[in-house]
Amino acid sequence: MNNSNVIKLIPLLVLATSCAATAAESEISDSDRIAQYREMISDGNPADFDEMRGEALWKTVAGPKQASLEKCDLGKGAGVVKGVYTELPRYFKDTGKVQDLESRLLTCMTTLQGIPEEEIAAKPFASEKKASDISSLATYVVGQSKGIKMAVSTKHPQAKEAYEIGKRIFNYRAGPYDFACSTCHATSNVRIRMQDLPNLNVRKDAQAAYANWPAYRVSQGLTRSFQWRLNDCFRQQRFPEPKFASEATVALTMFLAVSANGGEYAGPGLKR
Amino acid sequence: MNAKLIIGLAVSAALASISLSAQAGNTAGGLDAKTAEIVKRDFRDKGIAKATRVNQDELQAMCSKYVDNLPAKLKTRLEAEQSDAIKWPADGKYMGDWKAGEKLAQSGRGMTWSDKAEDPAGGNCYNCHQLSSKEIAFGTIGPSLLNFGKLRGNSEANQRYTYSRIYNAKAMNACANMPRFGHMGILTEAQIKDLVALLLDPESPVNK
Repeated sequence: MNNSNVIKLIPLLVLATSCAATAAESEISDSDRIAQYREMISDGNPADFDEMRGEALWKTVAGPKQASLEKCDLGKGAGVVKGVYTELPRYFKDTGKVQDLESRLLTCMTTLQGIPEEEIAAKPFASEKKASDISSLATYVVGQSKGIKMAVSTKHPQAKEAYEIGKRIFNYRAGPYDFACSTCHATSNVRIRMQDLPNLNVRKDAQAAYANWPAYRVSQGLTRSFQWRLNDCFRQQRFPEPKFASEATVALTMFLAVSANGGEYAGPGLKR
Repeated sequence: MNAKLIIGLAVSAALASISLSAQAGNTAGGLDAKTAEIVKRDFRDKGIAKATRVNQDELQAMCSKYVDNLPAKLKTRLEAEQSDAIKWPADGKYMGDWKAGEKLAQSGRGMTWSDKAEDPAGGNCYNCHQLSSKEIAFGTIGPSLLNFGKLRGNSEANQRYTYSRIYNAKAMNACANMPRFGHMGILTEAQIKDLVALLLDPESPVNK
């Protein structure tokens, strides 16, 4: 771990905490407070630690095949990480599938390193007790797209179909509460309790929301991946659990990523 | 007919059916069917949230298909069906205890895979609505219900109307955002009565 980054973070976190306390007294909105906090630590997001962990994992030999991931093709050729996230999900010829970042990392970890898919998919998300390798790898890769505009293509027929299916999953109402993603995310300027909700059918909102995931979740003290974000949305929708890196989650990601096209990618982000 | 001709015919018939099914996959109906297929395959049981929850009833399927803008005739039929299925309280009373209702309104728990079966479900009311003037952390997906009873009065007709809105909001608006708390078994009859009281009782903080 990089010590200078650790040192840089500590005073910023202290400052941000005291700032949040002051803000609470002067009745400014939660969103303003989070924006302030984000501004203060924009120079040193705690997600940096996960990014560094991911970078080390990317370069370290691992698995039964004793290989690093430096030959992993995330869409722009073997080993290229710069800017790849802004063009994902995309169609991959070798698997014959549309894949998002995490499902593609899963492919690389199984084919290059020989790690069984079930082993990775069994615990794909970080917890307080244990970090997740695939999640840290994703944090590292997205960090290499910071400042680049989202440009996800639907030219390939399968990519186009994934987008269309993703749009339908966005509007798919089911479960005991009849909720779809669209129940909360297809109206502008609404909130749940004090939490503002982005209208993901509006380009500006979709860009801002997508640009900041994966993100460090202050309330959980963990860096969360995009697959985790979808997983937790479905939990709150009272749905059953979406399988990790499944076609349904990739299609939904395709719809959301295309909706964010043209926006500058800014992750890993920072959330409440 | 010789063997070559038969094989040739079979091959062309097979090709035709392949191109037909490819076309079907690209039409809106084909994509709807494919989406349902994928969703049924890609979700699994977790805790109390069983995979079968993705199976839609007709109302859910139609609201999804038409993205909440139903053709008028379909909307009318679905609303009538939802309305007919409302179970009214056997004792003819609609108002319970507003204090219990306020507690219920505050709770956003219930029915997620991280909730336990034995945990009582909350009403989730403040997630989307303003109710009591004392609670400032309210959501805005639904309309403000502040002074609901003060503005409308608590006649029996209005009590019955309020009960039905909570029991099944889809009886009046088929693709409403609001869950069908009675119809889907989220809340009990007694709990819905407590919420009716929260909205209509003159002593409730909603009307103060």
